[in-house]
Amino acid sequence: MKESIERALNVAQLKGATYADVRLVHHEDESINVKNGVVEALGHGEDQGFGVRVIADGAWGFASSAVLTIAEVERVAALAVHIAKASALFKTEEVDIGPPVVSRGEYHTPIATDPFLVPLERKIETLFKADALMRKATGVKVASGSMTFIRERKTFASTEGSWVEQEIVESGCGLTATAVGEGEVQVRSYPNAFGRHQMTRGYEFIDEMDLPGNAERVGAEADALLHADKCPSGVMTVIIGGPQLALQVHESCGHPIELDRVFGSEASYAGTSFLTTEKLDTFHYGSPVVNLTADSITPGGLGTFGWDDEGVPAQSTPIVREGLFMGYLMSRETARKIGRTSNGCMRASGWNRIPIVRMVNVGLEPGTWKLEDLIADTDDGIYLDMNRSWSIDDRRLNFQFGTEVAYEIKGGKLGRLLKNAIYTGITPEFWGSCDAVCNRDHWVVWGTPNCGKGQPMQVAHTGHGAAPARFRNIQVRGA
Amino acid sequence: MLGESQAKQITDRVLALSKSGQAEVLLWAADSALTRFANNVIHQNVAETNTGITVRVALGRRVGVALTNDVTDAGLARVVERAAELAKLQPENPEFPGFPEPQPIAPARGFDEAAAAVTPEGRARAVGEICRQSREAGTLAAGAFSTGAQEIAVANSHGVFCYHAGTACDLQAAAIAESGGNGYAQVTSWKLNDTLHSVESVGREAVAKAVHARNPQPLEPGVFTVVLEPYAALDLLDMLNYVGMSAQAVQEERSWMNDRIGQQVMSPSVTIIDDGHDEAGYPLPFDFEGVPKQKVVLVENGVPRGPVYDTTTAHKEGKPSTGHALPPPNTFGPLALNLVMSPGTATIEEMIRSTERGLYITRFWYTRVVHPRDCVITGMTRDGTFLIEHGELTKPVKNLRFTQGYVPALTQVDLIGHEARTLAGNDFGASRVPALKLREFSFTGATQ
Repeated sequence: MKESIERALNVAQLKGATYADVRLVHHEDESINVKNGVVEALGHGEDQGFGVRVIADGAWGFASSAVLTIAEVERVAALAVHIAKASALFKTEEVDIGPPVVSRGEYHTPIATDPFLVPLERKIETLFKADALMRKATGVKVASGSMTFIRERKTFASTEGSWVEQEIVESGCGLTATAVGEGEVQVRSYPNAFGRHQMTRGYEFIDEMDLPGNAERVGAEADALLHADKCPSGVMTVIIGGPQLALQVHESCGHPIELDRVFGSEASYAGTSFLTTEKLDTFHYGSPVVNLTADSITPGGLGTFGWDDEGVPAQSTPIVREGLFMGYLMSRETARKIGRTSNGCMRASGWNRIPIVRMVNVGLEPGTWKLEDLIADTDDGIYLDMNRSWSIDDRRLNFQFGTEVAYEIKGGKLGRLLKNAIYTGITPEFWGSCDAVCNRDHWVVWGTPNCGKGQPMQVAHTGHGAAPARFRNIQVRGA
Repeated sequence: MLGESQAKQITDRVLALSKSGQAEVLLWAADSALTRFANNVIHQNVAETNTGITVRVALGRRVGVALTNDVTDAGLARVVERAAELAKLQPENPEFPGFPEPQPIAPARGFDEAAAAVTPEGRARAVGEICRQSREAGTLAAGAFSTGAQEIAVANSHGVFCYHAGTACDLQAAAIAESGGNGYAQVTSWKLNDTLHSVESVGREAVAKAVHARNPQPLEPGVFTVVLEPYAALDLLDMLNYVGMSAQAVQEERSWMNDRIGQQVMSPSVTIIDDGHDEAGYPLPFDFEGVPKQKVVLVENGVPRGPVYDTTTAHKEGKPSTGHALPPPNTFGPLALNLVMSPGTATIEEMIRSTERGLYITRFWYTRVVHPRDCVITGMTRDGTFLIEHGELTKPVKNLRFTQGYVPALTQVDLIGHEARTLAGNDFGASRVPALKLREFSFTGATQ
C-alpha cells in the first residue's frame, strides 16, 4: 500500500503536478431489510480503490481506479495530471490552496461492539420481532425494518507530507409502518424518517434504539393517522420535534453555509446560496436564541472523523451566535478566497470521487427549556415531527416541509393527532421567529445518511444536533 | 473495456465457484469522465475506472447477496463464499420465485466508439465554447459534460447470459446573468457527434435565457396555465414513475395507479411507454436479472394500463416479468428506465401564443412527494420563469413554489410539443419527453 501511494505521488510530480494527494479507500457494508415477515434484501458489499487529485498548470485534475497494481497507479496518476492540464486550457486564475497542511496520525471511531462481529441471526431476529409488532395494527399494509453497517478504512497522503489513516464505523437502523385506507397512505417511522437513524457508533447503538420496544407504537400511530383529522391551515405557533428540526437545520443552514455553493461551484446542479460573503459577521440569520455550530468532533455524529479528505484536522466552528451569521463550511481553496483557513469540511463519498465541501455535524445548540414546560407555555399551536417531504429552493430560502405527525396544542397541552401537515417559510424569517429551544436533555445528534450533492453524484453522511424548538407565526397547511 | 468474451469469462468463473444452490452474477464495468465548470472556468475534472460484481446465491428460498469490485480470483471466490454464507444464515423467503430462465434477447444499439474515447481536451473544448459564449454575453456559465462507456452482463446457473455495452454523453449548462437572470439547457445522447453538434446551441440557449430572465419580478402565487419546457416536463414523468409505475408500489397500494388502471384519468393525448430498445434514449435490452425488456405501455391515451414488473412482483400475480428489475439487493422493486412520452404537434411558440395568461417554466427543482396516491408533488421553478400575457412572454418572474397533483395536472393537457427530447436523469437511464402546455397548475408560494 505504502509503495503504491508513494508511487502515485511521485509520478504525479514527475508529470508536472505542483500538488498531489492520494486517497486509498476500502469500504465494507452490510445491509438487512425485513418487510412483512420476510427478509427482503440481505447484502454484503466490499469496494476498494484509489483516487489521485492534483494541481498542474494551476488547475485541478482527478483520476481514480479500482485496480490496485503499480502499473495502474502510474497510469491513473499520469491521467490526473493530463486532466489537470486540460482544465488549465481555459483557466482565468491559478488554484490557490494556501499554506501547506501537514497531518500525520491515526483515527478510529470509538465503538463498544463491532457490528460486523454480531451474528446475523441476532440482527434478523430483532427486525422480525419489530416487524411482527408493527403489523398488529390493522391498517398497516407494509411493515419494514432495516439495519445498515459500514466500515471504511482510508489512507490519505499528500506531497506536502500528510499521511493519515482512519477507520470510520457507522451503524444505522429504522422501522417504517405504512398504513393504507380511506384513500390515504400514512407512514410512521422510528427513530427517524426515510428508513433509519445512523451514527458513527458500534452495535451498542442498535441495542439502545430498542426497535422491538417501539414497534407496536409505530404501527398503531400509522393506523391512527388514517383516521385522524387533517391539520388545519393558518399562521400559527409551532413546536418542531428533534428529528424534523435536524432536517430543517440540514436544508436551511447546512447547505447555504457551504462556501463552494456561495462561490457558484454548484450553480448548475445543487444550487447557490443566499448567504453571500458580505453577510459574514453582519447578517442576522436568526433570533438571539439561535446558535448553530459545525463540528467534526461530537461523539457519534455522522460528520465525526479525525481529518477531512484534505488532511485538515477535525474541529468545531461557530456558524451562528445569538442569531448572527459568522462562519462557513470551507475547503482549503474556498477558505483562502475569504482570507480564512479551512475548517476541515472537504469530504468525498468514496475513492472514486473528489472531495467537495460537505456538512460535518451542523447542529442547533441546545437552549434552556424542558419540553413539557415549552408545551405548557404554548396556549395555541401545533407540534410537528418526523419528516415526510422536504423541498427548498436553489438558494436555500423558500422551504416547504411535510411531517408524518402533528398534534394540536391547546391551553398548554398536547391534543388530538392531525395528519398531512405542511409548514413553509423563508429561511431567515423562520429562524428569526424562533423564541425557545429545548435543553440538552432533549438534544440528539441525528444522522442524515442521504445527502446528495456534486456531479458525479456524491451521497454524504452528515450529523445534526437538535432539540425541539418553538417558532411563532409560521404558515401551516393541511395537504 | 472488457468486451463480451472477457465478461463471459468472469461470469463463468463466478458461476463455477458457486458449489450449491442457484447462483446469479451481475457484472458491470465503467470508464467514465466528467468535466465540470462554473464561473466560466473548469473547476472539477474527474475520471473513473471501475468494475463491479454482484452475486446472488439462493439455497432453496434463502437468498444472500454480496458485492465486490475486486475481480481477482481471490476476490471472486470471496464474494461467492460471502453470498452463500448470507444465504445459509437467513430464514426462507417464500416470495422468492427463483432466478429467471433464459429467453431470447434482441440486441440494442447504444455504443459509440467515439463517445468511449473522448479525451480530457475534447471535453474541455466543448466546455470552453460554452464559457466563451457566456463571457461574451456577460454571464457566468456552470454545468457538466460527462462521457463514458458502460458494460453490463448478467448470467445465472439456469443458463442465462446476456451482455450489453453502451455509451453516454450528457452536457448540461446553466448561465447566470446579473440581477438574478438564469438559464439552462441540456443535451443527452449515446452518440458523441449528437452532443458535440449541440454544444453551440446548448450554450446559446442557456445564455440567451439568462439574459432574458434578468430582473425577475415578484408574482403572487395562484393557479396558472403553464408551458413547461421538456426539462420541466421531465419531472412529471420521473415522479409518476418513481411514485407509482412500479408493480411493487401498486401491490402495496401506495401507487397513483391503484384504482385507476383502465380508467380515463389523464387527457387522451397522454401516452407514456417504456422501451429499452429506443435508440433515441440510452438503450438497454435486458434488466439486472437478465430478463429481456418488454415495451410496456404504461399510460395509453390517458388510461393507465399497468406498471412494470420484475421477477418477484410478476410471480406474485402469476405474470411474466416485463424486464424491469433493478440491481440486487433491491428493496424498491422494479423501475422503468427508458420512458417515452408521446409527442404532439405543437411548437413552444404556439403554446405561448395560445396562452392568455400563464407561466413559461424552464425547469423544476427539488421536487418531493407530498401525497403518493395523487402523486402530489411540491417543488420550485428554476433557471428561467416568465409570465405569459396575451400570447407573449412579458417579464421574468421570481421563482415560485408549486404543490400540485401530477395526475390531475395531466387531465389538463392543452398542447404537447412536437419533439420529444432525450434527457438523462440523475440516476440510471434517460427519458424522452416533449414540452407540455397544461391549463391549470397550482403555485403555493414564492421565493425572494
